[in-house]
Amino acid sequence: MGYSKERLPIMINSVLDVRGLTKKYGGITATDDIFFNISGNEISAIIGPNGAGKTTLIGQLTGEIKPDKGSIYFKGEEITNLASHKRSHIGISRSFQITSIFLDLTVLENAALAVQAHTGHSFHFLKPAKKEFSIVNSAINLLERVGLKNRAHLPAKNISHGEHRQLEIAMALASNPTLLLLDEPMAGMGPKETRKITQLLESIKGTMSIILIEHDMDTVFALADKLTVLVTGKVIASGIPEIVRELPEVRRAYLGEKAN
Amino acid sequence: MPIIAPLIGEPYWIDVFTRVMIWAIAAISLDLILGYGGMVSFGHSMFLGIGGYTIGILAHYDIINGFIQWPVGLLLSAFTALIIGALSIRTKGVYFIMITLAFGQMIYFLGVSAEEFGSDDGLNIYNRSEFNVGKWSLDLDNSLVFYYSVFTLLVAILWLVHRIVNSRFGMIIRGIKSNENRIIAIGINPFRYKLVCFTISGTICGLAGILMANAEKFISPDMMHWTKSGELIFMVVLGGIGTVFGPLNGAMVFLFLSEILSNITHNWHLIFGPFLVFVVIFARRGIDGLFQRKTTDND
Repeated sequence: MGYSKERLPIMINSVLDVRGLTKKYGGITATDDIFFNISGNEISAIIGPNGAGKTTLIGQLTGEIKPDKGSIYFKGEEITNLASHKRSHIGISRSFQITSIFLDLTVLENAALAVQAHTGHSFHFLKPAKKEFSIVNSAINLLERVGLKNRAHLPAKNISHGEHRQLEIAMALASNPTLLLLDEPMAGMGPKETRKITQLLESIKGTMSIILIEHDMDTVFALADKLTVLVTGKVIASGIPEIVRELPEVRRAYLGEKAN
Repeated sequence: MPIIAPLIGEPYWIDVFTRVMIWAIAAISLDLILGYGGMVSFGHSMFLGIGGYTIGILAHYDIINGFIQWPVGLLLSAFTALIIGALSIRTKGVYFIMITLAFGQMIYFLGVSAEEFGSDDGLNIYNRSEFNVGKWSLDLDNSLVFYYSVFTLLVAILWLVHRIVNSRFGMIIRGIKSNENRIIAIGINPFRYKLVCFTISGTICGLAGILMANAEKFISPDMMHWTKSGELIFMVVLGGIGTVFGPLNGAMVFLFLSEILSNITHNWHLIFGPFLVFVVIFARRGIDGLFQRKTTDND
């Protein structure tokens, strides 16, 4: 090739442009010079065996992990060193691999907090949060969107694992994100719950860009427009799922391994 | 209960109830950061000291006007809480406990080394704060007037804390305690909210210190000894962490029990200690939890 990948122009129209992300832990390279690009309201799935660097990659995208090298551009702006809590405000939302919600609060309060985070500061000390009707109404709408409206007043710790996932997605949607990062949303779920989340993701597909980290192959092929395969921190293939899946190196590294 | 005390008419009980209510204000303030915000401060009695010493020192220089004393005490408490909070809140868990304990000890030894103000022996206050507006005046030296003033403030603080914990601000604070990473993920910087919460809490505890100095007409470093911070934590745990009325109940039970037991035997700690252990093991959510269990079972 005539010139290195680093010289490629930053794609102005792209939602997310990841350029050469590298993160080393001691002698282990968790992500190794990763490039990829997301444009339009597509679902990009990232798959890879355990230890492929998926979680490290997500961590760098959300700002929890600082990359050693490389940069991240969001809508043409560099965000490599932007603080975690600020990324939510520019339009990047996420769900966690291990469900992360406010177990001590009710389902509605969970959603309301996520809405509240995007309606100015919260240094309001005296007015009951319950009476902030615009916030509460948006929260109820969110719960309706993910099918949890009838659970609104239950403590979050009393609903099922699948419902926790639904709630997490509702909270991620609260900011009307441009980019939604879903870190294994199906982890630990039964077939019925998995179907429910798949339907939910289908319903939001096309309204925002989604990066889906997932182990469940059926889900990936049902939802993804693009498939990126990560092995030992490197992107070994990226493209249309049906084509990527048939590549011999992908079969060898990941799908074949799993079939055995 | 607070209404009953004056009816008994015994000055002794009026004093006891006054003290209970003052400790309750301090415990409520601690519960705001400990129970709602998840910040276990082991130096909270420093704010009792700051409030109390402000009254004592100003009185020492013959400034007994409450309109000067009290705002100065509250502002100093708020300011100290802001500085110490800003330095402590960056740590979590055990480190937060240790750093607040360390700051508490610093303030304590500041009191011990203040020879002008009596060092270890403390300082007598000859006049309670004076509130005079024209002809009208509030005679805090009358123990019943003082009692009702403290009672009014207690009710006001209960109302205030109740409003705060249910406000948007309160939701963020409870969210931080429940899951700080989630709070960051939804786009909130927890530090500012924790710091404001810590400052509000320190200020309210400073108020308790102001009242305590007036009640005892005496201040000494003992009021900010680290064991006092421990007692405050016990009151909160005893009453029920993260409840508005819990610390009030906790302060009442704690002080009455220690009062009664110390009348029975000199070694009252031998009974009191196991009792606290018992509460922590069998009544996880304190007194409040004992009453609430029945109502939640019916759901």
